[in-house]
Amino acid sequence: MNITLKLYASLGSFLPPGSARNTIELNVQEGASIGEVLAQQNVPRQNCHLILVNGTFAPPASADAKQLTEGDTLAVWPPVAGG
Amino acid sequence: MGWTGKVLRVDLTKGKCASEDLNKEWADQYMGQRGLASKYLSEEMDPKADPLSPDNKMIFATGPLTGTCASTGGRYSVITKGPLTGAIACSNSGGYWGAELKFAGWDMIILEGKSKKPVYLCITDDKAELLDASEIWGKSVWDTDAWIKTRHQDPQMHVSGIGIAGENGVLFSCIINDLHRAAGRSGVGAVMGSKNLKAIAVRGTGGVKVDDFPAFLAATSAAKEVLAENAVTGEGLPTFGTQVLMNVINEAGALPTRNTRDVQFDGAHDISAEAMAEPSGKNGKPNLLANQACFGCTIACGRISKVNEEHYTVQNKPEYWHASGGLEYEAAWALGAATGVNDLDALTYANFICNEQGIDPISFGATVGAAMEMYEDGTLTDKDTGGLKLKFGSAEALTTAVELTGKAEGFGAELGLGSKRLCDKYGKPELSMTVKGQEFPAYDPRGIQGMGLTYATSNRGACHLRSYTVSSEILGIPEKTDPLVTDGKADLVKAFQDATAAVDSSGLCVFTTFAWTLEDIAPQIDGALPGEWSVDKLLEVGERVWNLERQFNLQAGFTAKDDNLPKRLLKDAAKTGPAKGLVSGLKKMLPEYYAARGWTKEGVPTNETLNRLAL
Repeated sequence: MNITLKLYASLGSFLPPGSARNTIELNVQEGASIGEVLAQQNVPRQNCHLILVNGTFAPPASADAKQLTEGDTLAVWPPVAGG
Repeated sequence: MGWTGKVLRVDLTKGKCASEDLNKEWADQYMGQRGLASKYLSEEMDPKADPLSPDNKMIFATGPLTGTCASTGGRYSVITKGPLTGAIACSNSGGYWGAELKFAGWDMIILEGKSKKPVYLCITDDKAELLDASEIWGKSVWDTDAWIKTRHQDPQMHVSGIGIAGENGVLFSCIINDLHRAAGRSGVGAVMGSKNLKAIAVRGTGGVKVDDFPAFLAATSAAKEVLAENAVTGEGLPTFGTQVLMNVINEAGALPTRNTRDVQFDGAHDISAEAMAEPSGKNGKPNLLANQACFGCTIACGRISKVNEEHYTVQNKPEYWHASGGLEYEAAWALGAATGVNDLDALTYANFICNEQGIDPISFGATVGAAMEMYEDGTLTDKDTGGLKLKFGSAEALTTAVELTGKAEGFGAELGLGSKRLCDKYGKPELSMTVKGQEFPAYDPRGIQGMGLTYATSNRGACHLRSYTVSSEILGIPEKTDPLVTDGKADLVKAFQDATAAVDSSGLCVFTTFAWTLEDIAPQIDGALPGEWSVDKLLEVGERVWNLERQFNLQAGFTAKDDNLPKRLLKDAAKTGPAKGLVSGLKKMLPEYYAARGWTKEGVPTNETLNRLAL
């Protein structure tokens, strides 16, 4: 299935070649979990503090259980804040 | 002890400066800075006074931890009646000026009346005098800073003052210290300008005493470790700054875009922290050069950046080729997403002009966004705008508008009224994205429900810094709540409001609360001040301050009807993102909030509440 992966801030360095604007379209195994997608890109799990799937919060602890579906957008940040 | 115990009272009408003792009873009840100065203001002036008349007073106030070794202990606030809102205004700034005022031996400065001619206040330790400012009236913040330091031959002097926007009565003009730190909101710069006061220059050579030095040192050291070890304050904020939120809030579907018609901006990435760090231009250097800390800060979230020298805004203006402050998230949102402009260099330039001339970029950008909507729907014509083609996405319109606004020239004079007055004037009040006359910042209440209640009930008009529920609803700090629901938000907003009011009265920066709880803050204050300062006492002070501000506004003429949001947020559902189909649930949250506050259904504190808080 096809998904969109967005890695921001310091996680941007884990994006594969061909990515632009912190974004890449990926073809992943049907039913792949968030954790599996991040592992494929060698993203250190301990640095994944804010995970949004289609803009909705996904608890980092649920990353291995949470399955993605066709067309999902997965966006991930290290610890960040602002105001 | 923590407090210096001295207040400088300046009668601008008579041209006299006098020292008086700090009211220790009030200090024990209101701590300092925002709280204590609000108490002085409430006691000393009529809340119904015209904000731009000599009857309005203006207080520059530090907190008990300002100028100490507590991390971020460099804050001061300007408290007055705001001309943009007609409500009590409290604008908080960092940099080094606040600490310098404490080093000179003063807790606060109370300014009253109006000078007959332009002056600046010069403070050197216990000596304070009003000096002629005719040579710098009409000059920018940056030129004023250099002129004062040169005249006094003292590069270590710190200057807080206004640019031409404040002189010209721009209703969202701000006060800038240390070149690019701002007491930004509600038009406090216009109050300073109305008093013919250009700047306050301070040089202090003393220190700040604390009540129990061993306890204070232990508490501040432990708290610094918490900041250093926390992933957000120890790594996230210093590396990426607040601007990292641009993509977060856009992905979450809560980025007000093109005057809040939309909740997601297709150009968000172009103006984000990630874009600031990318190589650009022929020389391949990024926009962002470094981060910077305010006095005593161990976080260092500030951005120092540079406009590409080839960019049209500065191509023939080498005076803007230097590095300076910004972009921070709120400014980047207002100058960018609110106007649909995705040109990072144009935004950086516009932000430089805001700092140089003393303009609040949030209110300015949001006002330009409202003007752009009126231009595109035909309400505003080229004749109205003097030929300025205010189309969404036009960087040229934005950068021309910022130059005109500071000077109050052409259509800039109308933009300087703020979006409420501008939209009212042209018969489109529903297009003003304001609460109590103040433009709201970078979070859409349809996608972050708690922020709708935050804006509606903020005592200084729409503001994110009165209860930053984004921290909980989006970032999960201190614990995650669902941004799309209204349940529990009344209590959440009240808790954030009270805690923030306490932090704003201490001299510390509210950004510490991404890592610190009041359990970390209370021992620091307790070490600095006589008496016992527990978490419960801080919460009591915070709640007291909130209700005091509310009382000021009620006496000024505000009612529950003013605790509202623009119709767009209540009627027009979000079109995209997780909040698609949602409007703000303010009507459900507001009665719950009044009940949580101990207020009547009309939003008035009950006698029981006032008695409980000794008000």
